[in-house]
Amino acid sequence: MSILIKDARLALGARIVLDGVDIEVPPGRITAVVGPNGAGKSTLLRACAGLLPAQRGTITLTGRPLDALSRAELARAIAYLPQERAVHWPLAARAVVALGRLPHDDADPAAIDRALGAMDIAPLADRPVSQLSGGERARVLVARALAQEAPLLIADEPTAGLDPAHALALFALFERLATEGRTVIVALHDLSLAARFAHHIVLLANGRAAATGPPADVLTPRHLEPAFGVTMLCTNVAGLPIVVPISTLP
Amino acid sequence: MKTDTEAYVIPGLAALTLVLALASLVIGPTGIGLGGGEQAWLILTEIRLPRTLLGLLVGAALGLSGAALQGYLRNPLAEPGIIGISGGAALGAVLAIHTGLAASLVIGLPLGGLIGAAGAMATVLWLAGERGGPITLILAGVAVASLTTALIALVLTLSQNPFAAVEIVYWLMGSLSDRSMTHVWLAAPPILAGLAVLARLGRDLDALTLGEEVATNLGTSLSRLRLLVVAGTALAVGAATAVSGTIGFVGLIVPHILRPLVGHMPSRLLPASALGGAALVLAADLALRIASPGGGIRLGVLTALIGTPFFVWLVVTTRRELAP
Repeated sequence: MSILIKDARLALGARIVLDGVDIEVPPGRITAVVGPNGAGKSTLLRACAGLLPAQRGTITLTGRPLDALSRAELARAIAYLPQERAVHWPLAARAVVALGRLPHDDADPAAIDRALGAMDIAPLADRPVSQLSGGERARVLVARALAQEAPLLIADEPTAGLDPAHALALFALFERLATEGRTVIVALHDLSLAARFAHHIVLLANGRAAATGPPADVLTPRHLEPAFGVTMLCTNVAGLPIVVPISTLP
Repeated sequence: MKTDTEAYVIPGLAALTLVLALASLVIGPTGIGLGGGEQAWLILTEIRLPRTLLGLLVGAALGLSGAALQGYLRNPLAEPGIIGISGGAALGAVLAIHTGLAASLVIGLPLGGLIGAAGAMATVLWLAGERGGPITLILAGVAVASLTTALIALVLTLSQNPFAAVEIVYWLMGSLSDRSMTHVWLAAPPILAGLAVLARLGRDLDALTLGEEVATNLGTSLSRLRLLVVAGTALAVGAATAVSGTIGFVGLIVPHILRPLVGHMPSRLLPASALGGAALVLAADLALRIASPGGGIRLGVLTALIGTPFFVWLVVTTRRELAP
């Protein structure tokens, strides 16, 4: 599933966060949204998930305007994982993951087990989420989104709080989803992860899309330094792209 | 996780409610033996049957709406009184007593209560606004609840007739005694309608466990959910308060006690709380009939006497959990 954003204005209340934005999210690919704090990454993701209507312009999901889709259609087409990791009742991990099946009304145990296995949390399935560590809880919530088995997965900072092994495993999983034809959109702060795993980069800065394109074109000092206000080292180590912030610009 | 205990919660509560309902028919100041004759039959059908049916309906209304509100507000301290519905119903009933409507018409009192509950619901929804979340709903509810309390006090002080004032005070304490089948016929349709509305909200309340954005992503309409929670509570608790007066704490305690037994799942808590509420109100009413057959202690007073220490305990444990 592809997303096409044309000349969109996105606002939180009276504050315009992004304006005149044109973005294309290609199908069957991992798209990483990067940018400094407050650049509008989460706002863009929420708009793509149909949670925030555009004040101007259009957002279409494979040709259909998002606001023309019913709630049930949206719930089966898009799985959205917010940055907020609230679980308001101490449900068992499996019960949280099972919530991902609500749009399908089936509580399919096979889909729940697949999601638990993919996030390496099957041994924790019967533990209340209130007794899990922050990283374990984050993996339970990713598994909830996976259990939804939607063709489009939108994840806001999914690696925050994950140890390196689980962060790598998560992106390996995203790669597998993409090869299965599913579309993945992630907001990321780790630019090296973005450079290594994303097929497409959207760089947000100063209320607009500062650059979009393949990682090799966008994750360069020319684009990153003015956007982040930091000098950047963009290099390759053992064949892997590395992006490291060096020092704040004067 | 569905453990073995969880599978027994609903059947166990159903059996408990059934036993209490039968006991409520059999136990009373006048012992009824088998084949007790015409008088016993009259006591059973005219006094104890309506009392038992009202106990079931009122308890289920309080328990279920408490569970639905706690799920919607994601707050274990929520109860039907917090959104102003019981206050509105009480004010309507008090006005019916004050104006003499209750004295001239059997259904005057409950009718006043129903109108008051509907008025409170409309005010709360209007105050909370079309897109307001749980916080605005609580604020609107607290405002309406304080206003109704003040207006009830005003009616009491303005009351010229001391008997009407005493009647108001007694009625406010909540009771199931001296109710007839007329009360049952009047209260049952709105209570059952409210229970039907609230009982279907399990899926959306489950989704809301992960926050409003994820609930929306899972297909829940937040504005529709809020409307149904408030409307279902107004129908069920409004009608319950209209016939029984204010019976506090049932809607707070019952969901809280049962929540761990159903794995904290909001959808499974709904039917359990309806049964648990019915069982608790029947048990409290039975205890009163045995302990004070003369009717000295009122039902609402007893539930508050049990409820307040429980509430304090709840606050203390919450404080401990939130402590750094």
